[in-house]
Amino acid sequence: MTGATAQGVALGAGALLLTAVLLVWRPSARSAARLLALQGAALAVLVLTLGLAEGDAELVAVAGLVLAVKALLVPWAIASTSARLPAGTTPGRSPGAGLLWAAVLTTVAFVASRPIVAASGETGGAVPVGLSLVLIGFLVMLGRRDALAQLVGFVVVDNGIATVAFLTTGGVPLVVELGVTLDVVLVVLILRILVHRIQDTFGGTDLVDLQELAD
Amino acid sequence: MDLLARLARIAPTATATTLLAAGVGLVAVTTGGDRTLWAAGGLLRVDALSAYLLLVVGAVALTATWGGLGPPREPHTEVRFSGLLVLFLGAMTLTLLADNLGVMWVGIEGTTIATAFLVGHHGGRAAVEAAWKYVVLGSVGIAIAFLGLVLLYAATAATGEPTLSWRTLMAHPDLIDPGLGRLALALAVLGLATKAGLAPMHSWLPDAHSQAPAQVSALMSGVLLSVAFYGILRLQAISDLALGPELMRVMLVGGGLLSLTVAAALMVAQRDYKRLLAYSSTEHMGILAIGAGIGGPLALAAVLLHMLGHGLAKSTLFVVAGRILADRGSTRIDHVQGLLADRPALAWPFLAGMGTLLGFPPGALFFTEVAILFAGWQQGLGWVSLTTAGLLVVIFAVLARHTLVMTLGGGTRAAKGPRAVAEAGRWAATLPLAAALVAASAVGFAPAVQPVLESALTALAGVR
Repeated sequence: MTGATAQGVALGAGALLLTAVLLVWRPSARSAARLLALQGAALAVLVLTLGLAEGDAELVAVAGLVLAVKALLVPWAIASTSARLPAGTTPGRSPGAGLLWAAVLTTVAFVASRPIVAASGETGGAVPVGLSLVLIGFLVMLGRRDALAQLVGFVVVDNGIATVAFLTTGGVPLVVELGVTLDVVLVVLILRILVHRIQDTFGGTDLVDLQELAD
Repeated sequence: MDLLARLARIAPTATATTLLAAGVGLVAVTTGGDRTLWAAGGLLRVDALSAYLLLVVGAVALTATWGGLGPPREPHTEVRFSGLLVLFLGAMTLTLLADNLGVMWVGIEGTTIATAFLVGHHGGRAAVEAAWKYVVLGSVGIAIAFLGLVLLYAATAATGEPTLSWRTLMAHPDLIDPGLGRLALALAVLGLATKAGLAPMHSWLPDAHSQAPAQVSALMSGVLLSVAFYGILRLQAISDLALGPELMRVMLVGGGLLSLTVAAALMVAQRDYKRLLAYSSTEHMGILAIGAGIGGPLALAAVLLHMLGHGLAKSTLFVVAGRILADRGSTRIDHVQGLLADRPALAWPFLAGMGTLLGFPPGALFFTEVAILFAGWQQGLGWVSLTTAGLLVVIFAVLARHTLVMTLGGGTRAAKGPRAVAEAGRWAATLPLAAALVAASAVGFAPAVQPVLESALTALAGVR
């Protein structure tokens, strides 16, 4: 791995982790959309670096796809939804506790990904970042009982899995990548419509109000 | 009603019929000779197992779509509803035909996408809530499964040519790095178990399956759960070869027993008959998991037959439940008392379906459940068989009591109306349901069934 490649991977991975932690710290919907755009761009940089390093034209094309979907389309969907919602509907837990949890989860991710790092190539060293994103995404989903926050958390989980895939094997086969990307975009758009329905039906996106169905 | 809406109305039934015919044809082609058909550069294939599952999907889908054909909707709604149903059937077909595990994943996630708006179709607070839980939990579960597949892909990378092809992985299980493969397969099965409605990841299921329209509930409970479980069977086959049977046995038997326990506990005090049927699906997925965990030809053949028998019985029951709801305007068990006296054309199919589901002979579920319990005993897992049998007895008692309350209990509450006319129409509509239940009994006796199941198991073992 050349110095430029190592720097590109480190830059991308660092930006991914930083944006995830900031998402826990600044949970408002508007800043979430911006941070997700940055995170998507960081992932695209990572994929582009790997593609250029291996001279893999397919991977370079996938970097463009990642940029279009994860840095533009998905953040746009979330930003346009948050614009429809009244401001300040998402009180969260204290930012300090969230950051503490993020630190714990990142440590867990570094420990848990040892078998992955051992089994993958030289870019595998950054794999724990991907696993951290997955765990932090779950934290965002579980932490606040708010529909939009769960949507944001889901996107972070997905970014984390994509990071693991690109760092371990340079991504899944292209046809699978295309299918997965399409599925994820559709799920995000469906969740966005459901957030609107929850807002219209319940007068807010607080999931504590969803109490119709229980045993 | 315009032409497009009229076409849309019959499109799901036509698709189901086509799938059933294709399933029967492909079963005939693949049975006996270990034949596998390939397409799309090796991404898609039909072996005896996928052919059999295609037959199951077709048979259950025909019951659900034909039997569940309600009154005509608004043209616009009709087109959208039917379009999503056809897409749903297509996604399940892709899941069954994919050899590449990544493509299989895309198909399973496609079922969530197609059904997201079907679950919330009726609108209202409960439907929106059910749809939200369904899509969020389903997508998270399936995301975990994808992480597992990504890691499985990485676990084969050391050999130079990473792969997600099921056939290649089965032919060369030594390609898989054991440490990483263990984590990968455990995560993938955990994720698919969410879609299969196994405890402890089942919490979305009773909400989604009780809120969805009858046709959709019938398809989701009757066959979508089994399609997700089919994915687990494929992964288990790889795991058993590469890592030995212990990992999957612990996961599946544990998840299965927990599913039976949770289902039994939540059925006892259940007041909603659609939720009752939904929990029964978690129960039956638990039986499948226990059967697969026990393993061996007897238990696995029983698992495959159980998918068909349960699918036919459960889709029939959800269709009848939809008709009862339309008649009584309530999903509460105590609002439906005395069905046998008031609405015999609803009560009889309900009783017959419930009898099949409860495992009365000659229904296939009697034989499959006995076979799974017996196989457990044979494999030295007597405690699993005993615990399962105990939980099944509890569930039998609970379901039988609720069924008796609905059909026999209480006084008549029926609204008087043009009753004879409505009853005649209802009897005519029981034809697809009767056909499904007769089939659910006949498969236990048909001599052609044994070679079909044997071929499917040969395909699952990866022997060619």
